[in-house]
Amino acid sequence: MPEDPEVNQNRFGTGVGNNTQRRLGNVNDQSKCACSCGCITAEDPRFAELKSYIDSLNQEQGITMPVLQEAQRSFGYLPLEVQKFISENTGVPLAEIYGVATFYSQFAIEPKGRHHIGVCMGTACYVKGSQKVLDKLVEELKVKVGCTTSDGKFTLEATRCLGCCGLAPCIMIDDDVFGKLDDVSRIPDILGKYE
Amino acid sequence: MGNVNVTVNGIEVSVPDNYTAMLAARQAGVEIPSLCFLKDVNEIGACRVCVVEADIKGVPMRNLPASCILQVAEGMNIRTNTAKVRKAVKTNVELILANHNRECLTCKRNQNCELQSLCDELGIDQVRFQGEKRKPTIDNLSHSIIRDASKCILCGRCISTCRDVQGIGVLDFTHRGFQTEVAPAFDFSMRDVDCVYCGQCIEACPVAALTERQYIDEVFEAIEDPEKFVVVQTAPAVRASLGEEFGMPVGTRVTGKMVAALRRLGFDKVFDTNFSADLTILEEGTELLNRVTTGGVLPMITSCSPGWIRFCEMKYPEFLPNLSTCKSPQQMFGAILKTYYAQKMGIDPKKIVSVSVMPCTSKKTEANRPEMEVDGLRDVDYSLTTRELGDMIKRARIRFANLPDETADSILGEYTGAGVIFGATGGVMEAALRTVADILTGKDLQDIEYSAVRGLDGVKEASVVLPIDGKETEIKVAIAHGTANAAKVLDAVKAGQKDYHFIEVMACPGGCVHGGGQSIVSAQVRLDVNPKANRAAALYAEDEACVKRKSHDNEEVQALYKDFLGKPNSHLSHKLLHTHYAPRKVYECQA
Amino acid sequence: MMTMVDLNGLKAKALEEMESEGTLRVVVGMATCGQSAGARRVMETLKKDVAELGLDNVNVAVTGCVGMCTYEPILEVLETGKKKVTYIRMDPEKTARVVKEHLQGGKPVLDYTVGHDHAGNLKNLEDLQFYAKQERIVLRNCGTIDPENIHEYIARDGYAALRKALLEMTPETVIDEMKKSGLRGRGGAGFPTGLKWGFAAPNKADQKYIICNADEGDPGAFMDRSVLEGDPHAILEAMAIGGYAIGASKGYIYVRAEYPVAVERLKIAIGQAQQMGLLGRKIFGTDFSFDIEIRLGAGAFVCGEETALIASIEGKRGMSRNKPPFPAHKGLWGKPTVINNVETLANVAQIILKGADWFRSFGTEKSPGTKVFALGGKINNTGLVEVPMGITLREVIYDIGSGCPHGKAFKAVQTGGPSGGCITAADLDTPIDFDNLVAIGSMMGSGGMIVMDEDNCMVDIARFFLDFTVDESCGKCTPCREGTKRMLEILDRIVAGEGTMQDLENLEDLAENIRLTSLCALGQTAPNPVMSTMKHFRDEYLAHVQDKKCPAGVCKALLGYVITADCKGCTKCKRVCPVEAITGEVKQLHVIDQALCIRCGACFNVCSFNAIARN
Repeated sequence: MPEDPEVNQNRFGTGVGNNTQRRLGNVNDQSKCACSCGCITAEDPRFAELKSYIDSLNQEQGITMPVLQEAQRSFGYLPLEVQKFISENTGVPLAEIYGVATFYSQFAIEPKGRHHIGVCMGTACYVKGSQKVLDKLVEELKVKVGCTTSDGKFTLEATRCLGCCGLAPCIMIDDDVFGKLDDVSRIPDILGKYE
Repeated sequence: MGNVNVTVNGIEVSVPDNYTAMLAARQAGVEIPSLCFLKDVNEIGACRVCVVEADIKGVPMRNLPASCILQVAEGMNIRTNTAKVRKAVKTNVELILANHNRECLTCKRNQNCELQSLCDELGIDQVRFQGEKRKPTIDNLSHSIIRDASKCILCGRCISTCRDVQGIGVLDFTHRGFQTEVAPAFDFSMRDVDCVYCGQCIEACPVAALTERQYIDEVFEAIEDPEKFVVVQTAPAVRASLGEEFGMPVGTRVTGKMVAALRRLGFDKVFDTNFSADLTILEEGTELLNRVTTGGVLPMITSCSPGWIRFCEMKYPEFLPNLSTCKSPQQMFGAILKTYYAQKMGIDPKKIVSVSVMPCTSKKTEANRPEMEVDGLRDVDYSLTTRELGDMIKRARIRFANLPDETADSILGEYTGAGVIFGATGGVMEAALRTVADILTGKDLQDIEYSAVRGLDGVKEASVVLPIDGKETEIKVAIAHGTANAAKVLDAVKAGQKDYHFIEVMACPGGCVHGGGQSIVSAQVRLDVNPKANRAAALYAEDEACVKRKSHDNEEVQALYKDFLGKPNSHLSHKLLHTHYAPRKVYECQA
Repeated sequence: MMTMVDLNGLKAKALEEMESEGTLRVVVGMATCGQSAGARRVMETLKKDVAELGLDNVNVAVTGCVGMCTYEPILEVLETGKKKVTYIRMDPEKTARVVKEHLQGGKPVLDYTVGHDHAGNLKNLEDLQFYAKQERIVLRNCGTIDPENIHEYIARDGYAALRKALLEMTPETVIDEMKKSGLRGRGGAGFPTGLKWGFAAPNKADQKYIICNADEGDPGAFMDRSVLEGDPHAILEAMAIGGYAIGASKGYIYVRAEYPVAVERLKIAIGQAQQMGLLGRKIFGTDFSFDIEIRLGAGAFVCGEETALIASIEGKRGMSRNKPPFPAHKGLWGKPTVINNVETLANVAQIILKGADWFRSFGTEKSPGTKVFALGGKINNTGLVEVPMGITLREVIYDIGSGCPHGKAFKAVQTGGPSGGCITAADLDTPIDFDNLVAIGSMMGSGGMIVMDEDNCMVDIARFFLDFTVDESCGKCTPCREGTKRMLEILDRIVAGEGTMQDLENLEDLAENIRLTSLCALGQTAPNPVMSTMKHFRDEYLAHVQDKKCPAGVCKALLGYVITADCKGCTKCKRVCPVEAITGEVKQLHVIDQALCIRCGACFNVCSFNAIARN
């Protein structure tokens, strides 16, 4: 089921997909892991490296930012497991770590894929059926809007007008624009071009 | 530290130089409105409702500063009632309302909401700005606390309370700007995080963003069901706060009216948790002496505060062996109710509905702990807060102030002064000492007020010299209230810096009198009144007025042992009145 | 530990190396702008070819930004006794030719240079009109020295000011000199630096801090980046001097994460300074110890506000704090803290070395010194310029910037980024200084100067800046968090053609409220772009609200497209229309159905006969 695209128009990249899913509707029932790829286990050697880094800061004050930055550099993003680890090893409450991580645009709660797909939801494209394009992509990639595929290849987002209205409906993958996608059967081939 | 002279709206006042403009204004008889301000807890100048015009050394400040933060200076001229200030304050309140769930009529804090009062007092007559609103997340999955984001005004009072007062930090601001929301990490439900349900956040919340899960309808239904025998117990602290629900001054003692009201609500029996508080002292006192004389795990730590139990399970699991195995008075009561009382009265225990009225929100979760049952029957079926009882009385249209004073029923209603003081920090310790001292000395000691364990210091220490096995022994005790203080004591014990026999821990600062289920006192009132002190005073007064002030003198408790349990820590006592604990994991994916 | 002798000796040695007879010094602009233009490959080719040809007398160095961004990549050849040769818009191919013909063969490749003057003499960068009115004090080393080589900084009197301060001056005299110089903060507020240092110095504390605010966040501003990438030691030296003056032994540089080259250059510079004992314990043999740590931002514009910056270093969300208390009294970790902008600091060493009077010889009475501006937008010469205060806006835009391209009419210039206001043609002769700009409804800001022409819609511009502010608001206080959002919603309605006169009134009320009651300067200045455009371009707002028209032709929802009689019936527009709103046969006049038209402008863009009118 595709999400309401308006909801996901957030430029921060701070786990909008994950959190807004929980915020839609009434009951906030916990749910899926923030770790979309499901592959960061407790034995991951990067945890030991992160611990060394934390220890090297020698209990300096205010190390949350540098630790998060190092963790993001190492893991690529900051899922629950990583933030829990940081909380346990710095004594800072998890809520505070998460509060800091979601404040700054550069911290990603969700992993970003190698390729970014932006589906234009501007008026021209919308009128020409960009919703169908979005639906097809959700189906092909088996991913929700705003999220990343489990193999880390694609991140799918709805975007504002790309400025290529003559080619409506269009999408942008990285820097490439693909227009006239009213025939959605072309989509699998386009996706196939990307590693 | 000296005084400075400032002018507020033309009125000259002399105030200490560490005062803020807001406090100076109060002295001049002006109450500047505020929302995010909570004395000593949250002073961040965020809501911008308390802004004023101020001149410093004759030069007007070019912006309107927050009076809750602006420190006074000699000659400062403060103006709170100019057109500019009124317009600014009104606009800021309007902006808060524009992003607020304004369905007051169906809101739990209707008539007791700081935002609502402000709208009334400031004459808010329109909300000019319509647009996007915060996503209406409602988290009602835990037994105790409900979070409703649509009502949050982002004042931060809950955050400061949980992080700075309690030292836990379950909530924080998340995301940024207009997208900011107060939430647990990763939007977990309150059910799945390291919340101890102390409810201090509810006490701090000016609106209905944080409220307790209510069971009023269920209890009314049970009362009306002719098949059910509905019994209620009331915790000591409730009687010191219930009157506030009806406009009485903070800390008015309303024990008699409370009992009368409960009867009129239709409960089949009205008992008193103080009864089982006395019972707890006998069980726990015996357990303590056992550990002391047989080399058991020391220090022993009290176990009647479920918030504290959760805190121990989550943050200090290494101290689980130190916890007394005694259930809390609430739970002990329920166990005795459905066994001893049911048998004695010939009532089918399956038809008994066990209800408690507690100053506490954590008791709701405690009542639902899987192990809190005997032979498949829950000790407590519904735990209500003081506020819920107030609601029930209002729904039943009972005029509380006109009620006569009544007393609790027998045979689970008698209590001594020792039981009453459980509600104040240091009360459990004092009650225990009164009994333990008599047991060890073999005397009926008259000097029974242990002032060293009373009062609002975060950590209190005391020692009593008593004969153990013929040797004069210094029994060292500590009392901590508020989980941050509990952590301090435990860290000291862990580090080998301190050496106690017995520690009383209450999760709530001030003890149960300031529990998460008590009447909510606004930030403005708190500037003058200290609910912790006032309500505790009520309990100590009730203690003084009691003829019997030691738990072991409680005749109904004596009968319970004689006719049923045998003796403290007996096999039956263990089955009904004791429990076990386990480390608790949080922030686990339920997927 | 550096003694006087060492520093002088190093300077002499470095100068000798840089300027020795027969040596050709070749520098390539390798700031971020140069690198994005392709300077890295130019440098690679240069190094490779120089090595291959065995040119031992050629020294290759990286350098910072020279300011003329449109000419990047820039390669300059310096030979003692000869005039510097500037090569512009270089690529690997051109580089190879320059190495062969100029470096080896001794003959400059004239085609690649800046050009000739009237007398036929070869021009270099400094001869350009762009530089004629500039005065490079802050940027004196950018484009000249290799920022990754401390010796070149020393060659240009680097660290001599620190030495002078530590050995010949007291903290009090240092502060006095700063006060006398009249230097005002270059981050935007223009608060006198000497005064600020003077507030912090007397406060007793076991630790004090000096922080360099390198979180340059105004969109379109890159002055600080250029200084950090081109002359990082200037900042380190200034911080050490500041630390000495106020009694701080620890400094932080808070750099935004989006500046990786700057971070890298700073790390190298700090390492080199530490190695030489210019940072660390007992500098120059005195009791003064000072060290610097870099902290990275993580993508939050509000962290450029000093209290939010402090919160960020403390490991918290970058949420601003109330002032008073001011950081000079209670700052980082509650200790006395001075926070200075990069450009402010870049002036300090020279003020100490050359004296307050020298500094006052530039600029105006109330705003001495220079200001670096990042000139951008609808201007021919975009780039970084440093001009003395008191120069007029007209001179900057027309003499230095060469006016608006394509013959378009100037409309307004925005200074101060999202906190600033727009200035119209009527005020172009205003001499630039802190107070004058405020008097005409804008502010200095950090130095972003964006020029707009007749094709810009001022309502759209205001909406753009407000959109930025809404994204970047920290969310702590009601007026900024809620108020700017409501203002943005109103502007969204206005540009969509749904605005009302009541909306304009609400806009003004909100703006006043946000200005007066916001907790920090981000909020307090957030309404400025809206307010100043409403003041100077009210007619544009009225056109949007009353006539539902966008005079500049920008707001899509308000544009109407009509096919004129010039239509040749080529059917291009019909084919490109995404909603099939155009009807018409081949070689016949086409018609747009206004009810179906969604104003995307695709037809307008594709018509080769200018037969579609837009208004």
